[in-house]
Amino acid sequence: MNQKKSKTPMIVTLVLVAAIYVAVFIAEQTLPATSMLFTVLKKGAVYALVAVSMNLLNGFTGIFSLGQAGFMLVGAYVYGIFTIPVDQRASVYQYFDGGIVQFTVPVVVAMIMAGLAAAFFAFLIGLPVLRLKSDYLAIATLGFAEIIRAIFQWNGLGPVTNGSNMLRAFPNFNDFNIRDASGNTVVYLSTLIPFIIAGVCIALIMLLINSGYGRALKAVRDDEVAAEAMGINLAHHKRLAFCISSFFAGVGGAMLAMYQTTVQAKSFTSAMTYEILLIVVIGGIGSVTGSVFSSFLFVACSEWWLRFLDEKQLIGDFEVPLLRTGFRMVVFSVIIMIVVLFFRRGIMGDKELPDLLSRRNKTKGRAAK
Amino acid sequence: MSETKSSQVLKLENITMQFGGVVAINNLSLEVNQGEIVALIGPNGAGKTTAFNCITGVYEPTNGIVYFNGKPIVVNHPQGKMIKQYGGINGDMYVKQSPVAHTPDRITHMGIARTFQNIRLFKSQTAFENVLIGTHLRRTSNIFTATFHLNMKEEKANREKARNLLEIVGLSDEADELATSLPYGKQRRLEIARALATDPSLLLLDEPAAGMNPQETDELGEFIVDIKNRFNLTVFMIEHHMNLVMDISDRIYVLDFGKQIAEGTPEEIQKNPVVIAAYLGVDDE
Repeated sequence: MNQKKSKTPMIVTLVLVAAIYVAVFIAEQTLPATSMLFTVLKKGAVYALVAVSMNLLNGFTGIFSLGQAGFMLVGAYVYGIFTIPVDQRASVYQYFDGGIVQFTVPVVVAMIMAGLAAAFFAFLIGLPVLRLKSDYLAIATLGFAEIIRAIFQWNGLGPVTNGSNMLRAFPNFNDFNIRDASGNTVVYLSTLIPFIIAGVCIALIMLLINSGYGRALKAVRDDEVAAEAMGINLAHHKRLAFCISSFFAGVGGAMLAMYQTTVQAKSFTSAMTYEILLIVVIGGIGSVTGSVFSSFLFVACSEWWLRFLDEKQLIGDFEVPLLRTGFRMVVFSVIIMIVVLFFRRGIMGDKELPDLLSRRNKTKGRAAK
Repeated sequence: MSETKSSQVLKLENITMQFGGVVAINNLSLEVNQGEIVALIGPNGAGKTTAFNCITGVYEPTNGIVYFNGKPIVVNHPQGKMIKQYGGINGDMYVKQSPVAHTPDRITHMGIARTFQNIRLFKSQTAFENVLIGTHLRRTSNIFTATFHLNMKEEKANREKARNLLEIVGLSDEADELATSLPYGKQRRLEIARALATDPSLLLLDEPAAGMNPQETDELGEFIVDIKNRFNLTVFMIEHHMNLVMDISDRIYVLDFGKQIAEGTPEEIQKNPVVIAAYLGVDDE
């Protein structure tokens, strides 16, 4: 970003990222496909994308929006609706005579459509909502997400959305695996592909953040009055950020649909938005690296590492007290409280990986302030 | 009075700004000509910054017209507010008399740049990035070419420009420092550099010497004259340091309680009894 900054940290970062991809690929070929690791990696990749998209809005533009689950829902449904194979539609839309959409589009096209649909919704919502500030905007977007959820469950839209019934049978991550003629998997790609999709999207967001527009968005976040005095059209730039963030939330929604293999509107609750907000806060508001890192951490904790807390554990003859179903969430909440109390700026603050690797620490002055 | 000459860069006509019952500016009219340095002075609370905010579109004046290069950029009428409120009933009047309310960013596009009394730098960004943001409004790239970095030529030119501006204001060494970690005087200079990055023809400086010591103030005076000549600017400034004002201003307007009480060259203002009374107070006895 700075003119004199050396390129080495950037190169090291790229090498690291490439190494992670190679590691994922190798792990997938060698470890059993049922390993919990892959669940975490897949869901982590989805959440990483959505968290980064939320960070673009909350961290880089200073718009406190809580509509992420709503935009994910739009993306997930658009993806599902347009990719269910035609011969499966009769069984999926059993209450609606097979639905009215009787064609499919390729997966990549459907994902882009999912993003565009979410961005279109964001544009419409943004017209009234982006005039609001901070908490009011959060409440309005939260309300929007709830309304969207209700609308998609409405029976009147059943021929398109399947009402409150779930969408299923669309291509999911496992369909990326390459199989031979007899149906045995030859090359496992079901974790690598979501990594690649999320990686490309996050790279696009990072490119945007580091462009002139990204600087303008940060200017809007830092000081709206000054930004406007610098000739930055507030309404235009906020709308831009809102739509772009929603685009990637929509793509993330499509990926979540693939991960879950089914889509049901009622699962896109505001609790999902809070989870993502939590990831953003823990990772550091204004740090893409932080969001990515903390989404894997979050998913690993909630899905895997803390699972043992939900079951009875015996040490010798001694039964550890308190451990029962639901205790995981208690521990989880305590961890979150500790993070929020003692690491108020999140794991990464607003630094990125290259900043950490470079010797000249840009944030020294920040601490002195 | 309503005739606008081509050399007139800025003209305020009967600007009134009311906040509820408080009249912050009362019927202010003034002119700033091409190439001049004009100062707006007055005791605290006289409405100087409010006048700047009316010019730059931050506030919509209750009444009056602001001309920039002969064209009205902010227009409002005495009944402006009333007509707006009852626009639903009498739509025609609303359409005819609706104010030409340009947003601040449009006004900056036209070539009016400003600094702020209470420094408003982008606090999370370096000095260099602060100036770079000022170049954003003259962009030719759109969101796609910018994201995919297809505008490297423009980006390079902008960076070059930002670097030059930093050099002109003497902040080359601090380019990578966080803007808010700079000392006060340098922050003020940085704000000027940032304003210059928007390619203005009229520069509004809101108390550029506030918080500076006498030596810094002297340097600032020379600096303002220097950038005025270098960028072919017109400067309109609010300032409390009388030495600076008297040194570099071509003309001075004096405000008190929102009203213009005097206008003239520095020599005239210094001798004006009304101004002296406003600043020092008069003995009623």
